[in-house]
Amino acid sequence: MGALFSFVAVILLILLAYVGVEVAGMQPIFGIVIPYAAVLTFIAGVIYRVIKWGRSPIPFHIPTTCGQQKSLPWIKQNKLENPSSSTGVIGRMALEVFLFRSLFRLSKSELRDGRLAYGSDKWLWLAGMAFHWSFLIVLLRHIRFFATPVPSYLNLLESLDGFLQVGVPRLFMTGIILLLAVTYLLLRRFYIPQVRYISLTSDYIPLFLIMAVASTGILMRYFFKVDIVGVKELTMGLVSFNPTIPKGIGVIFYIHIFLISILFAYFPFSKLVHMGGVFLSPTRNLANNSRMVRHINPWNYPVKFHSYEEYEEEFRKKMKDAGIPVEKE
Amino acid sequence: MAKVPKPEELSKIDYKPSKKRWMDTPVEFKEGMFCHGTRAKYLETVGFPNPREWSSKDEDWKLPENWKEIVLEAIKERLGKYRSFRLFMDICVRCGACADKCQFFLGTGDPRNMPVLRAELMRSVYRRYFTAPGKIMGRLAGGRELTYDVLKEWWYYFYQCSECRRCSVFCPYGIDQAEITMIGREILNLLGLNTDWIAGPVANCYAKGNHLGLEPHTIKSNIEFMLDDIETITGIRIEPTFNRKGAEILFVTPSGDLFGDPGTYTCMGYLMLFHELGLDYTWSTYASEGGNFGFFTSMEMAKRLNAKIYAEAKRLGVKWILGGECGHMWRVINQYMDTWNGPADFLEVPVSPITGSRFDNARATRMVHVAEFTADLIKQGKLKLDPTRNDHLKVTFHDSCNTARGMGIFEEPRYIIKNVCNHFYEMPEDTIREKTFCCGSGAGLNAGENMELRMRGGFPRANAVNYVHQRYGVNMLANICAIDRAALPTLMDYWVPGVKVTGVHELVANALVMKGEKERTQDLRLEPLPGKEGAENV
Repeated sequence: MGALFSFVAVILLILLAYVGVEVAGMQPIFGIVIPYAAVLTFIAGVIYRVIKWGRSPIPFHIPTTCGQQKSLPWIKQNKLENPSSSTGVIGRMALEVFLFRSLFRLSKSELRDGRLAYGSDKWLWLAGMAFHWSFLIVLLRHIRFFATPVPSYLNLLESLDGFLQVGVPRLFMTGIILLLAVTYLLLRRFYIPQVRYISLTSDYIPLFLIMAVASTGILMRYFFKVDIVGVKELTMGLVSFNPTIPKGIGVIFYIHIFLISILFAYFPFSKLVHMGGVFLSPTRNLANNSRMVRHINPWNYPVKFHSYEEYEEEFRKKMKDAGIPVEKE
Repeated sequence: MAKVPKPEELSKIDYKPSKKRWMDTPVEFKEGMFCHGTRAKYLETVGFPNPREWSSKDEDWKLPENWKEIVLEAIKERLGKYRSFRLFMDICVRCGACADKCQFFLGTGDPRNMPVLRAELMRSVYRRYFTAPGKIMGRLAGGRELTYDVLKEWWYYFYQCSECRRCSVFCPYGIDQAEITMIGREILNLLGLNTDWIAGPVANCYAKGNHLGLEPHTIKSNIEFMLDDIETITGIRIEPTFNRKGAEILFVTPSGDLFGDPGTYTCMGYLMLFHELGLDYTWSTYASEGGNFGFFTSMEMAKRLNAKIYAEAKRLGVKWILGGECGHMWRVINQYMDTWNGPADFLEVPVSPITGSRFDNARATRMVHVAEFTADLIKQGKLKLDPTRNDHLKVTFHDSCNTARGMGIFEEPRYIIKNVCNHFYEMPEDTIREKTFCCGSGAGLNAGENMELRMRGGFPRANAVNYVHQRYGVNMLANICAIDRAALPTLMDYWVPGVKVTGVHELVANALVMKGEKERTQDLRLEPLPGKEGAENV
C-alpha cells in the first residue's frame, strides 16, 4: 500500500509539472520559484535538523566496540574498529562514510534442519555503494550547469564516467548504475519478506522520487533532447540570482527540475537525513577511552544512594559477630 | 514455571512475517516469553513510582490516570538529554541489515524482535507526537497513537531484548537498539512497569549491597565454604579479609560468584590466585556487587547502585580497584562509572604490585579487569602453571555481549585460556568477538517464568557451541560473565547436553601450581583430575 501510494504520488507530481508547464505555461513557477523555495527549505531544514541533534548532549560514552581494546602494551589493539584516539575515530568514520564498513559485515542466516548457518551477503553493501557513489558523481557532474567556465576537474570526471565511449551524447555509466541500484533497493523492499514488512510509505517515496529524477535525466540526455543552451542559461540565472526563463526548453526539463526540487524540500523532513546523522552517531564517532579520560555528562546530578553508615547501622551486630571490622563499635 | 517445548519443536522457526501489517497485528502475550510484574515492596525500597500489586497477565495494570502524559513528557525529556535517542529516532532507513542479527529474532521468528521493528515500536510514537509530518499525516508518515496496548507491547518487547548491541555492529549508522530499549524501560519504570526479576535484585542491591541480598555474615560464610573446598583440594588454608581498611586493592565481583555453581568455582579461582600472589586486597560486604541490575531499570538507578563502589574504595583507603569477571558490570565500568560517580581522584593509577605493570588504559577510572590483570601476570611469567590439569577439558570461549561490544576485551581472556588449557577451539567467526551472540538471558531476562524466551534467545549461541561440540568434542564453555555462568548451564542442558560452563579463573586456578600445595587429585569441582581417577584423596 505504501509503495502504491508513493508511486501514484510521484506520477501525480510528474503530471503536475507537465500540465503546469505545457498547459498553463507556468515555466517561471517550475523553473524559478519552486527551485528557489526548495533549496531554501533544504538549507533551513538541514540546519534546523542538525542544530536539534546538536543540542541534545552526549551524556555517556557509548561507542560500539568492534575489535580489541587498547589495554596491555603487548596486546595488539584494533585501532580502527575500537579506536582510543581521535585519529582512530577519524579512520573509523572515514571507513563508515566512504566505504560503508558496517554494511560490509553483513551476513545472511539460514536455518536448516534445526541448525543456523551464516553466509556472506554483500548485495546490500554493493547496491548501497553503487547507489550513493553514483548519485554523488551525478550530482557533481551537474556542477557544469552552475559554473562558467566549466571547471577542468569536471571534464576529467566526465571522461572517466563516459570512458566506455558509446553513444552520442556519450553514455555516462553513473546514471545507469544509479537507476539500476535504486531499482534493486526498491525490489528488495518488495521481495525480501522481512524488509517488506518493515517498509513504510516514507521508505518508498524517496526511492520512486529518485528513480523518476534519474529516469527523466536519462531521457532528457539521450532521448527527448532539450535545448541545452537554454537550460544552462536558466541554471546560470538561478545561481547568479538573475533568473530568466529562456524560450523553448522542453517540458521534460521542467519535470526533472521539479522532481529534484521536491526531493530537496523533502530531504530534511525524512529519513534522508541519515546522510548527516551518520557523522553524529555516538556509537561510531567516539573513542573507546572512557577508562582513560573522564567523560563529562552535562546533566549529571547527585543521586541518593544507600550509604555505608546506613548499611553498618543495620548490620553492625551481624558484622561484629562475623568478625567483620566496623566503624563504630 | 511454564513448560518449555522440546528442542526439536523449538528449533522449527518460521521467519516469514505475516501478510498483515504490524501496526494492525495485536500483540499476543505468550506464556513463557515474559516475566512477572514487579512487587510493590521492591519499588518502595528504592522510592520508585507507582508501587502496587499487579500482574503482567492482567488486563488492568493499575497505571496512574495520566500515564499517557507521563510517557510523552518522558520521551520529550529524553530526546533533549540523549543525542543517541534523538538521532536514532530520526535516521533509520529501515534497510533491514539488523533484521536477522538479533538472537531473539533468530530464536523466535517474531518480526517485532527484529531490532528495526523493536525500535519502530517507539519510533512510531515519536513520529506521531514529535515530528511535523507525523502530527499532520499520522499513519501515512509512519505515526501511531500511544494506546494502552502500545504500552503493553513496549513492555513485552523491551523485556525481550537483552541490550546486547549486536544490531549496532551491523547498522550502517550505528543505531543501537540497546539505547532505545534502555530508554524504553526507563520510561516504563516511571509507571511502575518493571519485572520482578529485575526489581528484586535492584532492591536487594540497594539495601544490602548485592543482587542476591546476601548479608555481610552470609557473604563471609559463603566464602568460607569455598575456602574449605580449596583446602580439601590443595591442602592450603586461605584467609581473605573483608572490609579491611588500608588494603592496596579493593576487589569487586558480581555477587553471582558468591552463590551457586559454577560461579562459585570462579570465585574460588580468584581466591586461590590472589592468595598465591600474596596480594594485599580486601573484599567488601557493602560494595559486594559488581553487576548492576539498575542498568536494566534506569540510568539513575544504575548510578545509585554503582556509587557504592567508589564510596567504599574511598572509605577503605585503597589505591585502586580490581573487578571480577562480569559482562554488563564491565560495560558500566568502562562506559559509565567515571561519568556518573567520578572523578576517582582519591585513587591511584593502577599498578600491578606483582609485575609493576601500569594499567594506563584505566588511568581515569582506576579499575582494572581481572582478565587484564591475570594476562599480565602470565605474560610476565609470574605464575607457575600446569595446563595438563585441564586436559580433560575441550574449551571454547563465549564473548559476553557487553565486554565484547561495550569494551572490546577479546584477547586477554583468550591469552589466559591458551596458557592454562591445552585444548581450545573457537566457535565459528560469525558468532564470536564483536559478532558474539547473547546467552539469551542478559539484561535481566534470566528469570524462570520466561524460560521459553531464554531458550529461544540462546538458540544461536547454543547452535554455535553445538558446532564445536560435534566437531571437536568441546565439553566446556568458558566465559567472563556471571549471568553467563548462571544462564548458560540451563541453555546447554537444553540444547547441547554434555557441555559444561566455567569462568576463566576457574581454569586458571585448576592449572595454578601453588606454593606448598599437596599433590592435587581433584579439580575445583572436586572431580578427579585427568590421570588421577580413582586416586585416594588424602
